Amino acid sequence: MTEQQVATEKVKRGLAQMLKGGVIMDVVTPEQAKIAEDAGAVAVMALERVPADIRAQGGVARMSDPELILKIMDAVSIPVMAKCRIGHFVEAQILESLGVDYIDESEVLTPADEKYHINKHEFKVPFVCGCRNLGEALRRIGEGAAMIRTKGEAGTGDVVEAVRHARSVLGEIRRLQNMPEEELMTYAKEIGAPYALVKEVRDLGRLPVVNFAAGGIATPADAALMMQLGVDGVFVGSGIFKSGNPARRAAAIVKAVTHYNDPAILAEVSRNLGEPMVGINVSTMPETERIAGRGW
Amino acid sequence: MKIGVLALQGDFAEHITMLRKLGVSAAEVRLPEHLDGLDGLIIPGGESTTIGKLAQDFGLFEPLRRFGRNRAIWGTCAGAIFLSKDARRPQPLLELMDITVERNAFGRQVDSFEVDLSVPALQAVDPENRPYHAVFIRAPLIESVSGDAVVLATLDDGRIVAAQQGRLLATAFHPELTDDDRFHRYFVHMAANS
Repeated sequence: MTEQQVATEKVKRGLAQMLKGGVIMDVVTPEQAKIAEDAGAVAVMALERVPADIRAQGGVARMSDPELILKIMDAVSIPVMAKCRIGHFVEAQILESLGVDYIDESEVLTPADEKYHINKHEFKVPFVCGCRNLGEALRRIGEGAAMIRTKGEAGTGDVVEAVRHARSVLGEIRRLQNMPEEELMTYAKEIGAPYALVKEVRDLGRLPVVNFAAGGIATPADAALMMQLGVDGVFVGSGIFKSGNPARRAAAIVKAVTHYNDPAILAEVSRNLGEPMVGINVSTMPETERIAGRGW
Repeated sequence: MKIGVLALQGDFAEHITMLRKLGVSAAEVRLPEHLDGLDGLIIPGGESTTIGKLAQDFGLFEPLRRFGRNRAIWGTCAGAIFLSKDARRPQPLLELMDITVERNAFGRQVDSFEVDLSVPALQAVDPENRPYHAVFIRAPLIESVSGDAVVLATLDDGRIVAAQQGRLLATAFHPELTDDDRFHRYFVHMAANS
């Protein structure tokens, strides 16, 4: 009998590679999950509340009810992701036992640990984590994340933070590529990243895992902007189901991610989408209400 | 020799990297006109529902079917589903290959696996019959082959994971995620002879 190896780094990172060029959509009901799948989503994120509502309602945001996650898993054939709180490894154990395809250790929920993230190597299920810069990305990969998303300011519909953090990560990688070997250790120390991963990124010219953009993406143009900046795909949270015509907007964003370099197609898919989500201007938002800064 | 890779969604970049390492010219295909002048086409891994929907929305169905009637096409994972006649559920398929597939046949992501396969057909590109290390990610199975389609590889229990029908090739696993280029060489050879 030839032995099958499960939960290897290759298959954990590999699923994210299959999601590239795609859109992962936040959904709060099985019906929304169906709408997302029919619109061409590559995966859905099963949640009780989208980030815009978490923001509006306040309180402690936790892992969703397993019953809801299971119903969403039953409703669609595409991968289903779910969020646990930063550092809450028991929520992660519960999500793994449900059979979700990816866990997002997410700053959108209220952190359970203000110093340590989950040791993701211990799990069979792969993890995606957020980052604002290269150091944060490599710390998460060092802990076992098999996919990275650059953080935006979730639930605002304002793409500015997603742009800032994608430029930060991708720009740091470009600078690293031009760095002589003897500077790498000090650079690793300065950004708080494992040396071996710093060296690997310099040699590859990219992160060793897939990198999506997330947070504040509300239009096909926003999605294409992130793709042109160099990410591998996008998460859309509140932007779809807080808009006037979710099915139409979802399908348009899917097309925009495929044809991100074709302005004529982007113009066509952007027509008559109805009202986008209203949004919150991040620059006028008090620092205490921002969530992208959560993560250590 | 120029091979296209359907670039609607999925891991098309990995296929392009493999082809270029072999010295084969490779191009991304997103619209029907991108098929012009190609000797073969790879449909990559990804989500088959997404790829099918985008192929419909951008008028690729008939052009892809015409292309498959006289040139080589290889589907990996989602691409194999897309090439099949029947995926046991309603979704847009090219219906070019006489194979029936079962999506997510091994379960969910925690059941994804790597395994060594015996693939005698690869002796066409490498006489040494080494095991082929295959990566299965939320993979489909080829439930059955009919017509002219033949089985190229099975798991130990006999379940089919690779098949060929003339110029059409389907693998349930992902050669583009490995450093082993034998399947890519095998396909380039198929494209040259079709």
